Amino acid sequence: MTQYLEFEKPLAEIEGKAEELRALARENKEMDVAGEAEALDQKAEELLVSLYADLTPWRKCQVARHPDRPHCRDYIDALFTEYTPLAGDRNFADDHAVMGGLARFDDMPVVVIGHEKGNDTTSRITHNFGMARPEGYRKAVRLMDMAHRFGLPVISLVDTPGAYPGKGAEERGQSEAIARATQKCLEIGVPLVSVVIGEGGSGGAVAFATANRVAMLEHSIYSVISPEGCASILWKDAEKMREAAEALRLTAQDLMSLGVIDRIIPETTGGAHRHKEDTINGVRSAIAGMLADLSKKSPKELIKDRRNKFLSMGSKGLAA
Amino acid sequence: MNWISNYVRPRINSIFSRRETPDNLWTKCTECGTMLFHREMRENLNVCTNCGHHMGITPRDRFIALFDGGVFTEVAVPAPVTDPLQFRDQKKYPDRMKAAQKGTGEQEAMLVAAGDIGRTPIIAAAQDFTFMGGSMGMYVGNAIIAAAEEAVKQKRPLVLFSAAGGARMQEGILSLMQMPRTTVAVQMLKEANLPYIVVLTHPTTGGVTASYAMLGDVHISEPNALICFAGPRVIEQTIREKLPEGFQRAEYLLEHGMLDRVIKRTEMREELITITRLLMGLPPAIKGDLPAPEGEATAEEPSAK
Repeated sequence: MTQYLEFEKPLAEIEGKAEELRALARENKEMDVAGEAEALDQKAEELLVSLYADLTPWRKCQVARHPDRPHCRDYIDALFTEYTPLAGDRNFADDHAVMGGLARFDDMPVVVIGHEKGNDTTSRITHNFGMARPEGYRKAVRLMDMAHRFGLPVISLVDTPGAYPGKGAEERGQSEAIARATQKCLEIGVPLVSVVIGEGGSGGAVAFATANRVAMLEHSIYSVISPEGCASILWKDAEKMREAAEALRLTAQDLMSLGVIDRIIPETTGGAHRHKEDTINGVRSAIAGMLADLSKKSPKELIKDRRNKFLSMGSKGLAA
Repeated sequence: MNWISNYVRPRINSIFSRRETPDNLWTKCTECGTMLFHREMRENLNVCTNCGHHMGITPRDRFIALFDGGVFTEVAVPAPVTDPLQFRDQKKYPDRMKAAQKGTGEQEAMLVAAGDIGRTPIIAAAQDFTFMGGSMGMYVGNAIIAAAEEAVKQKRPLVLFSAAGGARMQEGILSLMQMPRTTVAVQMLKEANLPYIVVLTHPTTGGVTASYAMLGDVHISEPNALICFAGPRVIEQTIREKLPEGFQRAEYLLEHGMLDRVIKRTEMREELITITRLLMGLPPAIKGDLPAPEGEATAEEPSAK
């Protein structure tokens, strides 16, 4: 059953009506509703197209956070073979907000790292809603080190509201853990490609996405602060999140024009949560393309290119 | 509001209210409430003489106290694109910038300088919390990169004084990108085997803590400075419980292994001389006041307040 977003309510009504008609027809064989139901389907389809034709930044935030959107685990299951999860930071704990391990992508051994949000109440709690603690970043550092030593490309999947703001996380050095992960991203002499599949939440995202190539799904977001957080600080009113989402320029399209990301992966009309398979295939070809771009580069070049990419970033503003 | 109340009345008021003495001769300690005379306050580097509370200090005042004879040369910082996102909340970003520039007399939230401390050549960078909360945008990123490049060029250690609420929201994703950018700057120092010393001052929070401020060879903090990734209010809202006294303060971070030392501002200069000389393999410093070095450095006037 589809979970409709707030702005999809009119769509829910039409689709609901069509469903009702069909249910009636199933009970009452004589009723002929095919024509009427089809007309409603047609109407729903048109509405979906028009709703998704020009999503506002705030609507994109909602789509990016949709609970049915494919999550890290879905991508890992579909895109990789021999996925071998590796756990723990060898220091304190294993953070379930961060998935990671060895795997094969198109038969090529790789290291995969990603935030997992979970799909239902139990798994969301297990994965802490995709909000990593220091252990998660330290696990990622360990995996990136391993990738560097064994010459394995790193693929990171970003989907986090941000790093976890908790007491223990602070005590164990959340800042330092994020800083070290970002630093490790810049140090490894292997291709590092990153895909923002949902939410790229602030420092928690940067720690995995300081990559040679960064792609974003069409309706994903990547921002320095959540629109709600920004609204409550700058507008002194968390309800101004629409305005904040607009001002922050957090959509894939804005980030592309700012030169912060390298490619946008299209989503089929209606968003990734309606078309999981299409979306996952789109991500697959984007990763393959980005890895192919980098395959000829030496470890030194990879490090140098990554560095220069970030050093020159933002020098032109929106005119980039 | 009209033209008379907006313009004429303040003008008339200002003519009649001109006083003989400036109104900032006395400052009240924000902690214990003691009234401190400006000269006393300045001599003690904005540290309360009664309770030892460390109040904010501008980068310029800090540098005057830090460098031998108060002499330093500013390191030029490449200017970034202004208002890259054409950001506007309740105010336009360029208007906020203008107000901050007028209020502080500084161009932006970071000052970079070259000079000597105890005859030890260093590069220093200091963040200005009074300038839009010291927030890290493109300029601050450029300043840290310029500081690192200058340090590498002149083979000097870099001492960085951090103070910021975090990233500058008005520069959106580009402010976030200063986390990797400044990390590259730290790596330049690392590769050149030059000491990078971070002095974390009150407050250092958010993306600033999660990048260059936590990547130093040595982490020093001023007493009672708030240092964190997520602020105490955010955490209290998340976990719905009161946080313990002193949580995320310098002494707490020292206890939890995130800092090397907590040092009073008045003793910081000596501390930095000792550490930089030890790391650079130089002989012990000669104690006592030294005259200003002669040569290329030019005296900086204290900023008018």
